[in-house]
Amino acid sequence: MPEAPTAVRPAAVSAQGWGWRHAGRSTQAVHGLDLAIRPGERVLLLGPSGAGKSTLLHALAGVLGDEDDDADETGSLLIDGAAPRAQRGRAGLMQQDPETQVVLSRLGDDVAFGAENLAVPPGDIWARVHEAIDDVGLAGFPLDHPTSALSGGQKQRLALAGILAMRPGLILLDEPTANLDPAGVLEVRDAVGRCLDKTGATLVVVEHRVSVWKDLVDRIVVLQPGSSSEPAVLLDGPPDTVLEQARGMLAAAGVWVPGYVPATRARVGTASGELLLSAADLAVSRERPRRRGFKTIPPVPAQSGLGADVVAGHALTITGPNGAGKSTFALTLAGLLAPVAGTVSAGVGLADGAGSDPYAWKAQQLISRIGTVFQEPEHQFVTGRVLDELMFGPRHLGHGEERVDELLERLRLTHLVDANPYTLSGGEKRRLSVATVLAASPKVLVLDEPTFGQDANTWAELASFLSELLDAGTAVVSVTHDQEFSAVLGGTELRLDSAAAAYTEAGAA
Amino acid sequence: MSLHGTHALLTRANPLAKFVAVFAITLVLALSIDWVSASTALLAEFALFPLAGLTLRLLWQRGWPLILAAALGGWSTAILSADSGKTLLDVGIWSMSEGSLETGLGFMLRGLAIALPAILLMSCTDPTDLADALAQKAKLPHRFVLGTLAAMRLVGLMAEEWQTIGMARRARGVGSHGSPLQRLRATLGQSFGLLVQAVRRASRLAVTMEARGFGGSERSWARESTYSLLDVWVLLGGVVISAGAVLAAIAGGTWNFVF
Repeated sequence: MPEAPTAVRPAAVSAQGWGWRHAGRSTQAVHGLDLAIRPGERVLLLGPSGAGKSTLLHALAGVLGDEDDDADETGSLLIDGAAPRAQRGRAGLMQQDPETQVVLSRLGDDVAFGAENLAVPPGDIWARVHEAIDDVGLAGFPLDHPTSALSGGQKQRLALAGILAMRPGLILLDEPTANLDPAGVLEVRDAVGRCLDKTGATLVVVEHRVSVWKDLVDRIVVLQPGSSSEPAVLLDGPPDTVLEQARGMLAAAGVWVPGYVPATRARVGTASGELLLSAADLAVSRERPRRRGFKTIPPVPAQSGLGADVVAGHALTITGPNGAGKSTFALTLAGLLAPVAGTVSAGVGLADGAGSDPYAWKAQQLISRIGTVFQEPEHQFVTGRVLDELMFGPRHLGHGEERVDELLERLRLTHLVDANPYTLSGGEKRRLSVATVLAASPKVLVLDEPTFGQDANTWAELASFLSELLDAGTAVVSVTHDQEFSAVLGGTELRLDSAAAAYTEAGAA
Repeated sequence: MSLHGTHALLTRANPLAKFVAVFAITLVLALSIDWVSASTALLAEFALFPLAGLTLRLLWQRGWPLILAAALGGWSTAILSADSGKTLLDVGIWSMSEGSLETGLGFMLRGLAIALPAILLMSCTDPTDLADALAQKAKLPHRFVLGTLAAMRLVGLMAEEWQTIGMARRARGVGSHGSPLQRLRATLGQSFGLLVQAVRRASRLAVTMEARGFGGSERSWARESTYSLLDVWVLLGGVVISAGAVLAAIAGGTWNFVF
């Protein structure tokens, strides 16, 4: 007999003077945390980076390393009066990167994985799997649907289903929607809401975008980096009260408070300059032609019939739903992917004697003409030190080193020159990746989702900085879902619909 | 890697039975370099194609590197091995005789006959089902088997990531042009970037799995791995093919023990 459908017992959380120091660190990630969460409560955790939000979630999920590897725990952190690590399956954790939230390659198997680990009898598992898939709104897919064919939002909902199938009393979400497009964010938020309404489980969610979760939670807790003089919990109360009390402080800490758009520099120049780059009748794909035995098969284009003009001092924003080939188009424009059909040609001013096809340029010719900032900053790090990272382009080109100091200053990286790029925070990594590309002084700057997952401070700095660059005559091409961001940059919008042709006129605002 | 849409008979057999049958054939062929045992096994394997849902076209698409390698291995063996019998070809230091041609042919057929069962196995076996069978039937530790299975899923992602990192590095001025040394350095740097990403992905995946209760001593299986009558036939098939290959070679007097 399958068990009753709603056999969830909401969990209570209590922390008393709890602290945690990660192995190999000299300071505690969390210090002196006192917090009590009642069964069934829904809590949004806020706070600046470094306040230990993720550490707390990992501890509650029972996945923080053992104390034996030099980590250090103080005080107590309990779920229903017992240590989290001793209660596998009592809490379920969803993290940020959708790719690593999927464990197995078939949809049904993946949902069953957690329940199997808890040694649930096989007959009950499939009943739970069907129910969970239904609850997160993935019932349209067969159980053997390949998980690799799901979108980011669907992968996160799949992860939620896998968590629900364990029947946890506590659901922990660590920036679950930071990597998703706006449609995916709402998909996941709504699925979480439905499941909580049904099971009554306790929720703790960490997220920068307060407006997404504000109406779903009944309490906001603001953490601050712990020290011996100040408590770890800065504010605690109903969402509206906390947001009112701490609006200024939260905004200053880079939290996206509802209704708040950070101040940015306004564009002054709108005059169109020289035509730098143009694409005509372009078909794009990330895949290269494949070899099947002796035959060469051209890839199926993600998008075709594309045209665009990139003009000095002018912003071009590429928008559209996920899977429409926006990034692929931008990377093709940037001379990083070969067009499947059609042409990308550089104007005389941009080509500067290097030929008109950017894809044929040598890497060193490319970086001083077109700079590309990737979505994941780490993909572009090529050295082990921030200063070397910035000097890399100028050194190879043999000029431009004088610009490095200005960039360090402007993007607030001066105090980090000796740090390893991989150890920086998310916002610092983003600023560094923009600075490194600009150090080669390209005339065209291409950015792939530059504001994804960024806090409000980094967002404002980036938008202001790009508006300055535009006024100074750089052309900026950005792939983005962020309408406020494109509003700051102005210029032309090119909207790609799923695999349909699109064309934009130069300078049409 | 997925078998989505394949309904051939052998997809229903237990992966462990298929694995054992393939192992038996491979073992026998590894023991002798001669063209009789290899071609006997090869003929029998071709006969099994429809049962695994494999066609010659699919075989070429999936296994062309192995097939080319076998042909190349055979050709070079024929040219370079010690001559015996009538000389058929003599170009400077290269010569081919009847004896060396036979060795080369045996080498090529053996390579093909060993590669084919592996391709057959892969084309009618889902990795998840194989892992289930290895953990439940062969009693391998489930932590190891499922950990490997989850890691294999990341390998596909890594291929995509490799391409992205290549582009991202070109955008930083690290090109794949230049002297062989420069190219080698660029490739090493790109490999390091991939390694960093792979380690990060893997550690996040490990957290995901641990948070879903993975790693405990007890575990139930939603997909029970079972044996059926079909598996007896699969095992029998493996024994018949390997025994047939040995007997044919001994009868033909070509059995040539390698050790």
